[in-house]
Amino acid sequence: MLFLLAILIGVLYGAAVYLLLRRNIFKLILGLIFLGHATNMLLFVAGGLTSGRPAFLRGLQDEAIGMSDPLPQALILTAIVIGLGVTAFALTLVYRFYKVTKTVDFDELSENE
Amino acid sequence: MTTGLFLIVLLGVSAVAPFLRKYLKNQAGWIYAIWPFVGFLYYLSLLPVINDGVVITETFSWLPALGIDFSFYVDGFSVLFSLLVLGIGAFILVYAGYYMRPYPMKGRFLGYLLLFMTAMQGIVVSGNLITMFVFWELTSVSSYLLIGYYHEKPEARASALQALLITGFGGLALLGGFVLLAIPYGTYELSYILASPEIIQNSNLYLPAFILVAIGAFTKSAQFPFHFWLPGAMTAPSPVSAYLHSATMVKAGVFLLARLNPVLGGTELWSYTLTIVGVTTMFTGAWLSTTQVDLKRILAYTTVSALGTLVLLIGTGTEYAINAAIIFLLVHALYKGTLFMMAGNIEKKTGTRDLTQLGGLYKYMPFAAIIMSLALVSMAGVPPMLGFLGKELIYEASVAAPKAYGFILILGFLTNVILVFLSLRLAIGIFWGKEPSYSKTPAEPGLALILGPFLLVLASFVLGLFPAAMANPLTSKAITAISPGMDAIVLKLWHGFNLVLGLSVLTLISGYLVFRYQDKILPGIDNVNIKYFRREFTRLFFQMIDGFLTFTKLKTKTLQHGYHRFYLMTLFVIASILVWVMIWRADPIMLELNFSDMPLNLIAVVVLIIAATLSSVISNSRVVALISMGVIGFGITIIFIAYSGVDLAITMIMVETLMVILAMAVVYHLPRYQNFSGTGARMRDALVATLVGAFFMVLVLQAGTSSLETPISDYFKEASYSLAYGRNIVNVILVDFRALDTLGEITVISIAALGIFAMIKLGKK
Repeated sequence: MLFLLAILIGVLYGAAVYLLLRRNIFKLILGLIFLGHATNMLLFVAGGLTSGRPAFLRGLQDEAIGMSDPLPQALILTAIVIGLGVTAFALTLVYRFYKVTKTVDFDELSENE
Repeated sequence: MTTGLFLIVLLGVSAVAPFLRKYLKNQAGWIYAIWPFVGFLYYLSLLPVINDGVVITETFSWLPALGIDFSFYVDGFSVLFSLLVLGIGAFILVYAGYYMRPYPMKGRFLGYLLLFMTAMQGIVVSGNLITMFVFWELTSVSSYLLIGYYHEKPEARASALQALLITGFGGLALLGGFVLLAIPYGTYELSYILASPEIIQNSNLYLPAFILVAIGAFTKSAQFPFHFWLPGAMTAPSPVSAYLHSATMVKAGVFLLARLNPVLGGTELWSYTLTIVGVTTMFTGAWLSTTQVDLKRILAYTTVSALGTLVLLIGTGTEYAINAAIIFLLVHALYKGTLFMMAGNIEKKTGTRDLTQLGGLYKYMPFAAIIMSLALVSMAGVPPMLGFLGKELIYEASVAAPKAYGFILILGFLTNVILVFLSLRLAIGIFWGKEPSYSKTPAEPGLALILGPFLLVLASFVLGLFPAAMANPLTSKAITAISPGMDAIVLKLWHGFNLVLGLSVLTLISGYLVFRYQDKILPGIDNVNIKYFRREFTRLFFQMIDGFLTFTKLKTKTLQHGYHRFYLMTLFVIASILVWVMIWRADPIMLELNFSDMPLNLIAVVVLIIAATLSSVISNSRVVALISMGVIGFGITIIFIAYSGVDLAITMIMVETLMVILAMAVVYHLPRYQNFSGTGARMRDALVATLVGAFFMVLVLQAGTSSLETPISDYFKEASYSLAYGRNIVNVILVDFRALDTLGEITVISIAALGIFAMIKLGKK
């Protein structure tokens, strides 16, 4: 399964880079979102793929062996939430940007300046 | 202690000099000259000790770990140079104190002169290459200030800049050379390096070190093809020309070559390079001086010629040549300092230094005329002046040169003929020739203006009359210092009838003949010069500077284009190329290629996400892009669930939902997609994207094969229940073990929310 997920991560990064190189400012934000997804997946995969054993303890005596790695998950969780904050802020910025400049094209912006 | 202390006090004097000028009035020059004169006496008193073979060293710790110290190394050669720097320097200060009276900012001028003197004195007593470099650069900087002293004149600024750029460029090369030179030794201490020349000579760093040091020395000492900055520097006030551009600073390059002669010298490369550069400079300088009419420019070109002679002699390296180099160094400093000061005097008293506007001055200033004529006699190499001895030794060195280059002797002869001619031309032209009408009646220069020239000429005369008694003690240890194993030749005024004497007589006669028939010869030379030489180098230099500036502007424009996506692209391309090269060169990489364990449902999900990703990239519709974005988010959620990331899945569902709604709300206000980029740009970006994406794919596959150390999360697994009483380990990590991270996360979200709120409210009243 790792092979498929590797392809998935590669595609997500590729798409993110492609979108970041666009002139349309909205696509830039899409690229940013994709970059977040790709990196979260990368971290997740790096923690190892364990199916069916969430990091829950049933009691003190519970064996931790074979359980999925909780640390990357904790990191990704933080990243997802911060990603939301950043994306929301960026989206609002794009909205204001368009209201003020009447364009979504970066090049037009630099020529107007 | 004394050497260092002396320099520090000298530096202090230079620092306070500009401010004390107000109170000292016109006596400032005399008073500032006291300290250099004390130094002169001190080094004179060292002579007996030094002549016993003692070398005085002092070290002040600076960066001992790097082998860099403020250390001083005083041997015979340093003492000879110190006497010149401080002795002539003292006279120059007295001279400048009076000379500069009519000009503004005299105090500052004297301060610069003293600063320069500190730097120059620092070079000649340096015992560490880095110490020497620091002083070396200080001479460049202070000479920039001095040349550009008349800063309201554009040509003064241009000359100053030209001198600074050329000597500064040389200084950089020199630093590189010093670093390379020190590498095999592991220290910058001169005493170690001088003691074992074989270490660098057997190292393959010898060639680059030599080239860089030579560039440093050649630029400083105005060697061809860097010679042109020196005549340009004549826009400086006369005291500067007399001090920096004849007696001291331009000799720093010669000093360096001589100082390093025991280390770098003796090889074929060394002698060929120095000989060829030296002889070219010697002749070019003399040749170009013939048709000049500006008194100071004539002197500048003969200085270039003299510097070439010195480099040539050091390159020749025989016992005679080294002796000749040291004697000629002394000779030249004595007569050229005098001549420049007298040039300043003449300009001051007549208002011009144009040869065609001068003549018959003997009537008005007989004493000055005699002094200057005697200096010219020394330049022409006529007995009994010391110049005669210098020229004799040069001839003997050329005749006895082991490689017997006939052309050195011929060019040396021609150079000396030109010097004789110039001496006649200057002496007779200025003092006895036809008298033009002067705007004011010239008068004898005052005591302060004539004292320096008088004493320097007197020294030249006395040293010439009693060479064995006076000149030998002064120079013998300097000779052994720069060329160990060679002895000073006992100097004599009369050598008997031999080839060298014959050459001397021939030189004088030819010089006289050139003078006699100059009206026929000079126009011819002038034509050649106009055709091939005239100002060519200066123009070329400034064209190079302009070219460099244009290049820099172009470079900045290309690199700093202002397009964010090209900055990003540069970053992506360079980073991924570097990474790919690393992957290429790494040991055979192991990729995790395990095709078992592929549940059909997950394959379907992954395929769906990939399809959605591609469609959101390609799609022309914003709504499709957004829906695809949602599909990706939820698809990833399913993968999280499948691989035990329950908390992640819950968070992801909420976040993705919110994100899609938010994006939709914004997109509603934005215009439709337009095609901003052409197909070419798309293909290019797609290529970059593929490079980066493929790298991450390989990264993941390789990471799958590597087994790591015990994960630190084992601790969290153990401590989660026993310490924090929580069973959901991910939650415990977030709110307990790494609670501060979560606090930061909450802060980020709050600030983002505030920002969003403010932006939406903005402009709405």
